[in-house]
Amino acid sequence: MFSLDLFLNALAAGVLLGGFYAAVSLGIAVSFGLLDIANLAHPVFVMFGAYLVYTMNSRFGMDPILAGVLFTPLFFVLGALLYQLYYASFERKGAESLRGLVFFFGILFIVEVGLLLQFGVDYRLVEARYIGESLHLGPVGLPFRLLIPCVAGVSLTALLYLFLSRTFYGRAIQGVAQDAFALRLMGANPFKVKRLAFALASATASVAGALLIMIGPVEPAMNREYIGRAFAVTVLGGMGSIGGTLVAALMLGVAESLTATFYGPAWGVAVSFGVLLLALAVRPSGLFGR
Amino acid sequence: MTSKRAPGTRAWISIVVLLAIAVGAGPWASIARAADPIKIGLGMALTGGLAANGKPALMAMQMWAEDVNKKGGLLGRQVQLIYYDDQTKPATVPAIYSKLLDVDKVDIVMSGYGTNMIAPAMPIVIDRKLLFLGLFGLANNEKFQYPNYFQILPAGQNPAVEVSLPFWELAVKQTPKPQTVAIVGADAEYPHNALAGAREVIKKYGLKIVYDATYPPNTTDLTSVARAIKALDPDIVFVASYPPDSALMVQAAHEVGLKPKLFGGGMVGLQFTALLTKLGPKMNGIVNYDYWVPEPTLKFPGIEDFLKRYQARAEKEGVDPLGHYLPPWAYAYCQVLEHAINGTKSLDQQKLADYIRKNEHDTIVGKVKFGKNGEWETSRVLMVQYQGIETSDLEQFKKPGKRPIVAPDKYRSGTLIYPYSKVK
Repeated sequence: MFSLDLFLNALAAGVLLGGFYAAVSLGIAVSFGLLDIANLAHPVFVMFGAYLVYTMNSRFGMDPILAGVLFTPLFFVLGALLYQLYYASFERKGAESLRGLVFFFGILFIVEVGLLLQFGVDYRLVEARYIGESLHLGPVGLPFRLLIPCVAGVSLTALLYLFLSRTFYGRAIQGVAQDAFALRLMGANPFKVKRLAFALASATASVAGALLIMIGPVEPAMNREYIGRAFAVTVLGGMGSIGGTLVAALMLGVAESLTATFYGPAWGVAVSFGVLLLALAVRPSGLFGR
Repeated sequence: MTSKRAPGTRAWISIVVLLAIAVGAGPWASIARAADPIKIGLGMALTGGLAANGKPALMAMQMWAEDVNKKGGLLGRQVQLIYYDDQTKPATVPAIYSKLLDVDKVDIVMSGYGTNMIAPAMPIVIDRKLLFLGLFGLANNEKFQYPNYFQILPAGQNPAVEVSLPFWELAVKQTPKPQTVAIVGADAEYPHNALAGAREVIKKYGLKIVYDATYPPNTTDLTSVARAIKALDPDIVFVASYPPDSALMVQAAHEVGLKPKLFGGGMVGLQFTALLTKLGPKMNGIVNYDYWVPEPTLKFPGIEDFLKRYQARAEKEGVDPLGHYLPPWAYAYCQVLEHAINGTKSLDQQKLADYIRKNEHDTIVGKVKFGKNGEWETSRVLMVQYQGIETSDLEQFKKPGKRPIVAPDKYRSGTLIYPYSKVK
């Protein structure tokens, strides 16, 4: 059943999906890739963002993306506070590895239960004029439900990339990722730099949540499905590489979509993770890892 | 100085005390037991993927327990539900039922919601020869053929086939008769069973399968699947899916312009208020299974009163506000148990099972009679078609007309709009 139209559409769907995966993975790429903090709770923050967006959309009819952007300062502050707590409890004492992991697991459960208590267990969706419509470019149809998350995901990645590579604070974050001790010798405070980076990573969850709930229905426990995928994207892209995260997300999205279209959807996820294993076998530090 | 009592005296005191206990224990114990509640234990999905149904189901069961207790309980004893959250994880189920039976010492165990959650409880109840009432399990007893299992989903004695049979019967009646079929579903217990049943019927009716695939349950998007199906242009698209993927499939089909002659069949979740209202007009034309809708052909005694009370309470508890899909059945399977306990005046598992098997039971979902494998003797799976949905207003779904029954003929309350593209 191969046809050029079908191939182009499958490719487009994969790219759209990849753009969304990048948005979900960005927070992990910064916290885990750059700061070496295995923030397992990031996907539940994404879910939290999705529910806040749902509230604004269902109560005030606010556009999901706008609502997602609106909440980024809140997530930034929450991220900074969470890092402060993590630093004081674990990192400062040098007990961040295993206990830190347990800490983020705990946060995950607390936020998840909080969402359950507040929003219940029903599936939630948002409404927007463009959801359900598609943009047609020749034979290729691009559903806005996926196109907007992809554009937003790519834009978010680009913004973060520019921030990290072109600004003073961004370079400080890259510096702390490479050698926190050396940064301290330069008179900078690694704690403050890491707190800023972690807060930024958390702020991306708000937008990612908006994108998630645009694509399909959510329920609180769904966050766990994205833990593996987001970490896989980060590792495949190369630890700390923001551009690599986008490339890896696009690769996984395209692999998943092409397999689902031409070979059968049951193999979609398996093939995309097969790509991950293969890539890591060839480049153990990831596609763009140093 | 210590007082010394003759050994004989001490012995006599002991004997008298023992006698007093022995004589008194019988009546006292029975008085104590009479005051003890009848404990009914279950696991239920209160978090996770099936919780959107599990919570309303539990609420309906609690309403039943309250109703029974108001009437004085069963066998003169109050009824107490003991439940644990199975988190929609089959792996948690064996431990939950072991705890219910060995630690909580429940008198009766009932199932939680759904095929996937019933399956792991079956070996335990079979091993202990218990009565087991199932809530919406599809073909769970197919392999076990356990005689004390009874299941409230009205999918008949061959549930895997009958759950979609009215869909296929409806399809082959249309002119011109559809020829090609695409079947797709999630990689999970229910879709697997439903797809296996569908293949059997498709073969029987001489239809040709042009697409037959499953996808992982946590798939983020189904646009690629919808497009692959569209490329084959089948006359019928049959989908057996769980709530999140049902919504994704409806959206993807709408976006890629998938327009078969008949679309739907076994999509779980389209019956839930949250999806019903949010997907709204996108659902028009889809023909999907259901078990109860507010149509005039399904007015059973007690159902309206139950829904009125349920809906008032659901608003406060933040669960499915309509409650048409699962709550009436959760209440009904408790009514079957109530009927059996009152009928046998006993909690003996075998007596209760025999009674349930031999008798017909009046419930709010109508008269229930079980067949030899514990499934409904006669199937009552309905196919409804979503019609005339223009907004996301909740009230429209409380009245007849938006989900008319198009099959089987016995319960038909509306006319099928065919083909599906006519609606789109």
